[in-house]
Parts: sequence; C-alpha cells; structure tokens
Amino acid sequence: MTTSYKVMPGPEHYLPPSASSMGIRLPDPGQAHIHGTIVPEEEAMEQAARQFLSAKVPTIFPGPLVLWAWNEKAAKKAKAVRYLYETIKESVDPKKQQAMLIPMPDYRPKYPKINPEVEINPNHPNLTIWHNKIDACMFVGVHCHQANLSLKIIRGGTNCYTVAMCAQAGHEDAMLSFRDATAEKIERLADWVKKLKGSVAPPE
Amino acid sequence: MATQDSFIGQKNKKDQVYTDPWKMMHEAERTPSFFTGSEIIKEAVRRASCDLMIAYPITPQSEAAALCGELFAEGYIGDYFRGESEFAVMSQCAGAAFGGARVFTTTAGPGTMRAMENFPMWAGARLPIQMIVTCRGINSPLSIQPDTLEISYLMQTGMLVWHAETAQDFYDWILMGYMVSEEPDVHLPLALCCDGFFVTHTKDMVDLTPVDMCLPPYDPYRSPVPCMDMECPPVRMMRDPFVMKSNYISYATHASWQQEVWAAIERSRKHTIRWMNGLIDTENTDADIIIVASGTAVSQSREAIAILEDEGIRVGLLKVKTLRPWPGEEIQEATKNAKHIVIPEFNVTGWLAREVKATVTNNERVHAGPHVCGGMTMPPEIIASEIQTLLGIKTATLAARG
Repeated sequence: MTTSYKVMPGPEHYLPPSASSMGIRLPDPGQAHIHGTIVPEEEAMEQAARQFLSAKVPTIFPGPLVLWAWNEKAAKKAKAVRYLYETIKESVDPKKQQAMLIPMPDYRPKYPKINPEVEINPNHPNLTIWHNKIDACMFVGVHCHQANLSLKIIRGGTNCYTVAMCAQAGHEDAMLSFRDATAEKIERLADWVKKLKGSVAPPE
Repeated sequence: MATQDSFIGQKNKKDQVYTDPWKMMHEAERTPSFFTGSEIIKEAVRRASCDLMIAYPITPQSEAAALCGELFAEGYIGDYFRGESEFAVMSQCAGAAFGGARVFTTTAGPGTMRAMENFPMWAGARLPIQMIVTCRGINSPLSIQPDTLEISYLMQTGMLVWHAETAQDFYDWILMGYMVSEEPDVHLPLALCCDGFFVTHTKDMVDLTPVDMCLPPYDPYRSPVPCMDMECPPVRMMRDPFVMKSNYISYATHASWQQEVWAAIERSRKHTIRWMNGLIDTENTDADIIIVASGTAVSQSREAIAILEDEGIRVGLLKVKTLRPWPGEEIQEATKNAKHIVIPEFNVTGWLAREVKATVTNNERVHAGPHVCGGMTMPPEIIASEIQTLLGIKTATLAARG
C-alpha cells in the first residue's frame, strides 16, 4: 500500500488512526523504521540516540517482560536497559535535561488514577507523560498489544517522540521502532548515545 | 521454555518430525491423494500439532469434527471433547487459547451464528484460534445446504477470514493459517471458510505433504498479550473493565484497543502474501469483462469462462482468497481496465459485490450477480448467460430449458 502518512509526534487527533491502517508496514529483520519509513537498523540507532540527547526529559519505560527475571534473557535485557539509562543520564546536560526511568509494571486499568510520578499505565500513558513533561521516550519489554495501545494514545494526545525497542516484529505506532530486541542491541544503542555525546545540541 | 525453532528436527510422540513450516509447505515432496474435503481437514490437522480440538455436531462440518476425534484416538491431538453447544465450544476454545494452547474447531451456519458473541472476544483477546466454517443456510426455514451468508457476519468480527475454493486450498491454508495467525504482530483468530457440501462432501485430488512431518508447536511466549494473566485485560473483565467506567480515558482505551485488532489484520497482509502467494489469484485481467469471485463460485466461473470463450467472448477471472485482510489495492489494480466486473455469489445479499463496489473506482461497472442461495447450485450457464445479457446478447433462461 502506498501512503503519504507519517508517524510523527502529536497531538495528532481526538482518536488518531492506527499507523497500520494508514498503510505503514513493519520492518523486516535487520531493518527499523523512522516515522514509518523503513531504514537500516544502524540509521535508526543514530536517530534514536539523537532524540534522547536533544530531549528535555528523555525517558525509558521498561515493561513486565524486562522488569521481572522470568528467564535469563530477561535479566540480561534488564541490565542492558539500566546501562542505557545510566548512559543517557551521564550524556545529557544536567542543568537542562533530566533522564528518567519509569516502569510499566503491569497493564491493569487503575482507578481513580495512577501515580504518574512512579509508573506508566498502557490505558492512560498520557498522564505520566504530561505530568513529567516527557518529550522523548522508549518502550522496552512491553507486550506488543499493550505497547501499541500506549503508543497510539501518546501520539493522539501528547507531543512526545516515541521509540519502541521491540523483541518481536516492531511497532508502526511508534515514531521510531526497532525489532528483534536483544540485550546486545540495547547496549549498542547506549554506545550510540556515548558516541554522539556532546555533538547534539541540548534543548533551549 | 523452548522456542519454536528449537523443536525443528525433533520427533513428537507419533514419530512425526517437527519441520520448518516453509520447507514442509513449499519444498517437501507431495503425494496426490483422493479425499473428501472433510477427510482433508483431518489430514491437515494431523500435521498441525494441535493441542486441542473441541467439537459440536452441526451439518455439514460434523464429519470433519468426528474425523478429528479419530485423530485424538490415534494420538495426533493433545485433547478432544464435545462442547454443550456452539457457544460453549467457542468459549472453551477461548479458555484453552488463553492458556497457551494451539486450538482448532469447526462449525457451520446456525452454529456460527449461535457462537457469534465469541468471535469479537477472540479477536479482542488476540487468540490465534483456527475455526473451519463449512458454510450453509442460516435462516428459517431450515436449510442444511450451501449458502455463504454467514461469512458476511464474520467479516466484521476482527478475525482473519479466508475463503477456500477447493480441498487443496483447504489443506494448504489450514497449515499456513496457523503460521500467519500466530505471528506476534498478527496473533488473531482465523475463520477459514468453505462452501459446505460442495467442498466438504465431494472428493478431489489433493497433494498432501508427508505424513511424518508436522508443524512446530505453538509458542505462547510470542503472544502480544500475557498468557492467561487474570489481573489484566482482556481477562480481567469483571473488575475495572473499561466498559464499566464512564470517562474519556476508558472510552479512548477501548477505542484504541479495537483499532489495534484491525491494525493486526492489516499486518497479516505481509505474512499472508508470502505464504499464499498473494491475497488474490488472477487470469486474463486484460479482458474487458472480469469475474470477481470467492469460494466455489470461482470454480463455476472458470467453467462459465470456458463456455463464453467458445462463443468468442473473452472473460478474465479474479479469485479472492482472503476477505480479511481485504485485497482492496489488488482488486483495484486487476480491474482498472475492465468495462464490466461481474460478481457471482452463493448468498442473497451480495456481500462480495458490496465490498468490491466500495473498493473500485467507477463502481457502476460492478454487476452484482448472478446470486443463488438456500442450497441452489450455480450452473456455469447462468453466469455465462448473465454476462451475455450484460453485453446485450439475447439468451434463453436456464430454467426455461428444463
């Protein structure tokens, strides 16, 4: 399907369409997508690192698949996520930028509302983003269905730049998505952040 | 917890080798066999590594369901039982799929309608259950004969919906169906439909894959939702469900959830095209007249095209293999030069013609018919006659000949 649709930061619409329904297709192994355009994975690595380094509040949202040590791979990935967070934190300007690590521990709808300072919930992820003024984020370890819900709601109502580090086929509803995530891939992204440190203008 | 790939090359308890599905379907030697459609369902399921089949008798799928019972007795299916009704069967299928099992079932006509509440639930819960639908009449007065009206209801459920023409389609698509519907970016139930009796109860030559090869088992850890998490939607329906709250966030979440199901159907295109070599098949689409059909209406159309060819009228054919995902762009492209698009159907409402009319430009080109229903056959002559009438050629009606 040919499409002129681009997956861009919002706020997009009262109820934005799924990117898939607008003709955006997922990358094949070895590829990623930026705004819905398929690119080599390395290009997306650089772009994601630049987004983190230029954001006021670059944030990682780890989900249950990496928060719980349910197998060796999950534990290894969790360490890689922590390493990425520490790398971002060390690489940004502490006077102008604040790196955050906010978990999505489960997917239960929580009423009357969650505490946006300590967690993010897939049913109303916009609350956490608004509260913390998050302008760039990365989902990792979130089940694909729940990640897509969140990414689309975020695109609908916030101006946050979304990155997905997906262990399966990737996410069209993110502005930038990797697929087949491994601990090594997360560490490689951290290396890109290190490499670009000091070369990306911090936010005004 | 072993991945699917780690099973390849190992043997199951029936000494079948878990085989790379692509090699099994596309490279393994095939054996021509003469079987009924129902027997073909059994042969496909024998090779599908199903954990569970749940049955309930309703014509014309009862034979296939009973044959799957034999497979259980032989040890090819993990578990097998009869539900209390079609509604119960589909609910039980959901329970098993929530628990991480590869599930297979069959139904037909009023059974499909009785169980209908479950199908959007399956899709919303992202359960990759496979259901064979051997279509028959659904309305009063009772008819057990072929009629495809129930497909039009299934098309709005959020399930993948494919329409097999032949027993060979059926065999291949049952096995390929699991491969597509279990992809993590798809992970949706599949309604694999055929025209009851015409396919289920007639014998045909079918090329079978080796009986000692089978699909690798389902890997529930690739699911896009947690496997049987009682605390989280979609399972946790009675405490804090979205529908019980009156606020924008709840509505928006539910809306986003629905969109995600339909997004998953869109994602299935890529996998379906790879496995089935496209969502449509075409022949002679440079002709001025193109027949667009699905199911056994395709077979009848081929015969009609041969009749017309003898009379010097050239007609193309477009076989619609998948209804969800809908091959809109493919149909637009294949029919772009056609002056007439003729759509024969085995149902009273003409749902395929409606879909095509909503897809193509200049849709006055779409001719919805001929229609038969209630179990009537569709002789190729009536399709040929419809086209001749469309071209202004006078023909005797088929009924008048009898």
